Amino acid sequence: MAQNGALMGFVHRRRRGAELFLLVLALLVGIGAYAAVGIGVEGTIPADIVGYGGWLAVLIIAAHVVVRMVAPYADPVLLPVVAALNGLGLAVIHRLDLAYEADDKAHGFAQQQLIWMTLGVVLFIVTLIGLRDHRVLQRFTYTSGLSAIVLLLLPLLPGIGTTINGARIWIHLGPFSFQPGEVAKVLLVIAFAGYLVLHRDALALAGRRVVFVDLPRGRDLGPILGMWLVSLGILVFESDLGSSLLFFGLFLVALYVSTERPGWLVLGGGLFLVGALAAYKLVSHVAIRVDVWLNPLHYYDDKFGAKSFQPVEGMFGMGWGGLIGRGFGGGSPERVPYANSDFIMSSIGEELGLTAVIAVILCYGLIVERALRAALVCRDGFGKLMATGLGAVFALQVFVVIGGVTSLIPLTGLTTPFLSYGGSSLVANWVIIALLLRISDQARRPIPDLSAPDDTAADSEQTQVVKAVRSES
Amino acid sequence: MNKPIRTISLFCLLLFLALMVNATYLQYYKAGDLNNDPRNRRVIEASYSRERGAILVGRDPVAESVKSDDQYKFQRTYAQPFKYAPITGYFSYYSQTGIEQKQNDVLSGDDSLLFVTKLVDLLSNNASKGGSVQLTINPDAQTAAYDGLTALGADVQGAVVAIEPSTGKILALASTPSYDPNKLASHDLTQVSQDYNRLNQDPREPLQDRAIQTILPPGSTFKLVTAAAALESGNFNPDSQVPGGTTLDLPQTTHDLHNENGSSCGGDRITLTQALDVSCNVTFGWLGLQLGDDKLRDQAEKFGFGQHYLDDLSPQAISRFPDGDVSPPNTALSAIGQYDVAATPLQMALISAGIANGGTVMKPYLVDEVQSPELDVLNKTEPSEFSQAISSSTARDLTTMMESVVQNGTGTAAQIPGIPVAGKTGTAQSTPDRPPYAWFTSFAPADDPQVAVAVLVQSSSTARSEIAGGLLCAPIAKAVMEAVINQ
Repeated sequence: MAQNGALMGFVHRRRRGAELFLLVLALLVGIGAYAAVGIGVEGTIPADIVGYGGWLAVLIIAAHVVVRMVAPYADPVLLPVVAALNGLGLAVIHRLDLAYEADDKAHGFAQQQLIWMTLGVVLFIVTLIGLRDHRVLQRFTYTSGLSAIVLLLLPLLPGIGTTINGARIWIHLGPFSFQPGEVAKVLLVIAFAGYLVLHRDALALAGRRVVFVDLPRGRDLGPILGMWLVSLGILVFESDLGSSLLFFGLFLVALYVSTERPGWLVLGGGLFLVGALAAYKLVSHVAIRVDVWLNPLHYYDDKFGAKSFQPVEGMFGMGWGGLIGRGFGGGSPERVPYANSDFIMSSIGEELGLTAVIAVILCYGLIVERALRAALVCRDGFGKLMATGLGAVFALQVFVVIGGVTSLIPLTGLTTPFLSYGGSSLVANWVIIALLLRISDQARRPIPDLSAPDDTAADSEQTQVVKAVRSES
Repeated sequence: MNKPIRTISLFCLLLFLALMVNATYLQYYKAGDLNNDPRNRRVIEASYSRERGAILVGRDPVAESVKSDDQYKFQRTYAQPFKYAPITGYFSYYSQTGIEQKQNDVLSGDDSLLFVTKLVDLLSNNASKGGSVQLTINPDAQTAAYDGLTALGADVQGAVVAIEPSTGKILALASTPSYDPNKLASHDLTQVSQDYNRLNQDPREPLQDRAIQTILPPGSTFKLVTAAAALESGNFNPDSQVPGGTTLDLPQTTHDLHNENGSSCGGDRITLTQALDVSCNVTFGWLGLQLGDDKLRDQAEKFGFGQHYLDDLSPQAISRFPDGDVSPPNTALSAIGQYDVAATPLQMALISAGIANGGTVMKPYLVDEVQSPELDVLNKTEPSEFSQAISSSTARDLTTMMESVVQNGTGTAAQIPGIPVAGKTGTAQSTPDRPPYAWFTSFAPADDPQVAVAVLVQSSSTARSEIAGGLLCAPIAKAVMEAVINQ
């Protein structure tokens, strides 16, 4: 109770005004970048700047108003950072559209992306309004896990699954295409969090000690291990290296945080090395990726099949951009295949320079930091695990994709959150942000004052929750 | 669960730090390497799109960039393409040659000389423009050289180099057959590739700059070097009596050295001046044997053989005097510019220029000034001495002897009324089934040299019997010298 009292003494401020101010800055980034693209490429401010800017503003302000109404204590930094990234991404995609247009190639991706962003914001709002307490999601632990596996299986089905760029991670339904892995990512976080929060004691305490690691009992670890192995197996069949790495990292982080045993990290790290080595030795396309990564300039030439054309063109672009970049319209980011999706960071590096690359990385860092901060202050284990899981997935994804584009690690195809062209990723990430805002709102919300009805102390443990929910509705 | 969450935060921090460090490495430390990679088309495209500075001859640009409204903002154009191609080179999407390549930093605006200009452009938000390069070329001399070569026929393979003896300025540098650099600078890249392949496979080698890239036996023009070595040895003067006759018995062989047409040089004993007048092989072969190959090589190297002395164009072929122990018969052959001796037209012009300049060879150069886009002079090339090849008295004696060649000997076709001309002809044998190479090197006025010229005709449609330095080359040299003197 003493601890509770200390907590009650500190009340988080709502800081919605700060959020609004930051959102105006974020809009300046998005709309300013759009105008800069027009000036840089076509020499004039785009004619539709008012309509475009207005629409962007409407989306952002709508999101803000909903946060103000249903999650007043939510973290004030997350939404503006996301808005800035999304706006910048739209501008860069628009810039590439103009280049593709000049080359008589397919374009109009920015318009598509704006529609996806609209859908993303709508789902963000729906999530925030529909989900008043994140703990409700704990009920869907197994449902989430099962849905994730089903979603991951879909691309393997003949008829709707398609292979793009060697990875079979897409489904096509009529005119719509979708990457189910992006949604599975969120569902798996929920499933892991839900399962581990229930079984963390058993996992941490029961079991035998082998060498340095306390191995849990099979029946405690079994279900989640199975869930994870199935996901991993599917991804291996789909040749989706990036997502495999992501899910492995997520599994490790969730296990480590819930059991508080660093041994899991050691064991996982070891397993990862063994797995990576095995994949390098056994799977030919992994070996190619690693060779290309170790010696990209060598494989750039046609006589070696131009295997590293994409990463090397990206590196050339980023080198060409230098510290401050060539300016919108000053580079040729369209030379890099898939410049508007997987390789959007190289476009940013080329035309906006190292400065913008660092800024973008810092923005991602902020998102992760805010997610983990929500996890720290969160009062329930499920919320903690979920926020940590979402933050870790986000961090890993950013690391894998930007590290791949800048040749820090071998290249694996993943989208750059909020920047890359791609509907599934954008929508899923907006939902992730909604979930994080919901958790941080719950975490920062003041604990209902329970000191007055001190005489009913016997019931307080039970009424506490009821009161908390009621006071808001 | 907060402790592991903090550990995870730390881990994420490390991940992001790694990303930032790596991005900095890539875009800052490694950027230079990446930009210098010849396969990096961005850099090429950017320079291709930029407004390059002009290459100027006199007041007129021979290469300049004009606005273009296709995918690249500027188009490189060459006003007198064939005449100046060996100098300007070409500026294509795929590669550059000539001044376009050598002065690329200035022309593209990347040179540190243009730093201030670039800074002003950056601050005023203007697209930066490259600086201009002013050449030493005299347009009239260049025209005379090019027209003289092409007058010999459409498929003549030849070259002309003219130098100002007192400075080393290259006044003319022509090579035929030439090509049209406009075609290689075109924005139609498919067409460019086709044109390049056609030029590259042409057996007449139009892309070759014969003035500096072709080394061939200089024939009798090399006798100037032998004569210089003889005079420098102190054992001979222009009036020394030397063997003439019809044949020279080559030691260690059963062969004899004959004169060009098999006849006598005008007596068994003639003066050195007479020997040069008629280009007497017997005399100079004998001189070679007297002097030995080391003295000849020394003299040749002082004139520039075996050395690199042209920085403004590349690649420069290195002229050659046979190295190592040369057997006496071959030394005799070397002394008359045969056997393994090989020289570029530039080298032969440099010999005349050195004699004309009192024995001091000036380092030849082609870039006179580097100018900012506003035509302010940023850098002016100062003439520099390359070597002291011969003493001034030897230079005086050689000048008199060379005047005699034009006055009384094989070089009469180079005579200019009212102006003393010094010269030397050459006709070099290659293989029996090929026509010989015709050479001529000269300078004028002999008493106040303003220009030294070397002319090479490697092959032409002229009948074999007509091929001789005096007949084919001297008139061209004369025209070039007149163009410079009459200004």
